[in-house]
Amino acid sequence: MAFELPPLPYSHDALEPFMSAQTLNLHHGKHHQAYVTNLNNLVKDTPMASMSLEEVVKASYGDASKQGIFNNAGQHWNHILFWQCMRKNGGGSIPGELERRLKSDFGSVEQFKEAFTQAGVTQFGSGWAWLVEDGGKLKVTKTPNGENPLAHGQKALLGCDVWEHSYYLDYQNRRPDYIKAFLDNLVNWEFVAQRLAA
Amino acid sequence: MGHAEIDRRRLLVTGAAAALIVAVRPHLVLAQAGAGPFSLPALPYPESALEPHVDAQTMGLHHGRHHKAYVDNVNRLLESHGELQRLSALELLRRLPEVPDAIRTGLRNNLGGHVNHTMFWSIMGPGKGGAPVGETAAAIERDFGGFDAFKQRFNAAGLGQFGSGWAFVTVEPGTGKLAVAAAPNQDTPLMEGRPVLMGNDVWEHAYYLKYQNRRADYLNAWWNVVDWAAVDRRYAAIRRGEAII
Repeated sequence: MAFELPPLPYSHDALEPFMSAQTLNLHHGKHHQAYVTNLNNLVKDTPMASMSLEEVVKASYGDASKQGIFNNAGQHWNHILFWQCMRKNGGGSIPGELERRLKSDFGSVEQFKEAFTQAGVTQFGSGWAWLVEDGGKLKVTKTPNGENPLAHGQKALLGCDVWEHSYYLDYQNRRPDYIKAFLDNLVNWEFVAQRLAA
Repeated sequence: MGHAEIDRRRLLVTGAAAALIVAVRPHLVLAQAGAGPFSLPALPYPESALEPHVDAQTMGLHHGRHHKAYVDNVNRLLESHGELQRLSALELLRRLPEVPDAIRTGLRNNLGGHVNHTMFWSIMGPGKGGAPVGETAAAIERDFGGFDAFKQRFNAAGLGQFGSGWAFVTVEPGTGKLAVAAAPNQDTPLMEGRPVLMGNDVWEHAYYLKYQNRRADYLNAWWNVVDWAAVDRRYAAIRRGEAII
């Protein structure tokens, strides 16, 4: 079965004014769709066509001959997670157990947010900032292009797309403002907490 | 080069050419630069000059914010490395492996960004486009079999660069043979000692406000603003063995 673009879990204008309907339309309908289309074309008639997305990401990572497959599979996986990481009226209070873990591993929620923002701002060029669970600890990481925690054997809890297409129409060069809006007004902390508990 | 000679040349050069010399010999303009050895070259035309192919808002942000940030970052990185401030951009890029670990990646990204954009502004202009001229036209015919085949190859390199990066045309020292190359982020063939004839920025910030996800449309439209006379001057300089960025 071919890979498919999942519908957005909210309407295109649900994240206004922090993420515009135009950005979401393009990001989901064009960029994410293109990754899905490219992935299907690249794995067509190969053993990877019958693998799960997770298996394709892991099997293609680090294989130079499968770089194109990895790029598109990684981005398909990243965006599926990204849409779920946000919601209308997001941000706000963090569920108890997740908050406790953030305080325990970063010192405070504010220090976590600083580390996450720093990761996103310093990811040079296209990429992602992540909150992951790795070896029982919560960590902040960053990855270039389509690379992700799954490829690194980590459990991704929260991902923020810092490719310019994710924020340029709304924030232009001001990536720090976008990441602040993401953390304070867009993150679906219940979803992040569920991933931690799962 | 004596001071009189420098002054004479500084009076002669204008626009992008001045930016080029400033970037190659940063110590010449320390007095004006203020905070560090490198400075943001002025755009050699108004921000709106490349409309409708490249919009004024994009140009304003691209030059005034993105390029400026690269310049500011390079100067900040070099603040506590006086010995490196005496090197030209080209020398620094070639000698990145010798640069202290703490600033190597930062220099690679930001000095790369500075030289790439300095080149970029200098090979575009209003009312340009059309076909290559001079020795460049002959070299494109010789090495790619024609302008259309060349454009196709260049556009494919730009389209195939996953994520941020550039499409470049490099010149083989000695033979003058042209080749198309793509590079990620702000890397440049100059880091491997290969002269750059021209390049197009395929970071999304270069086209997203006007073309959004349609990078292919941007790549096609970009040929309308290429200043082939400027490109041909670069080709001649490279063939003469001049160190240009």
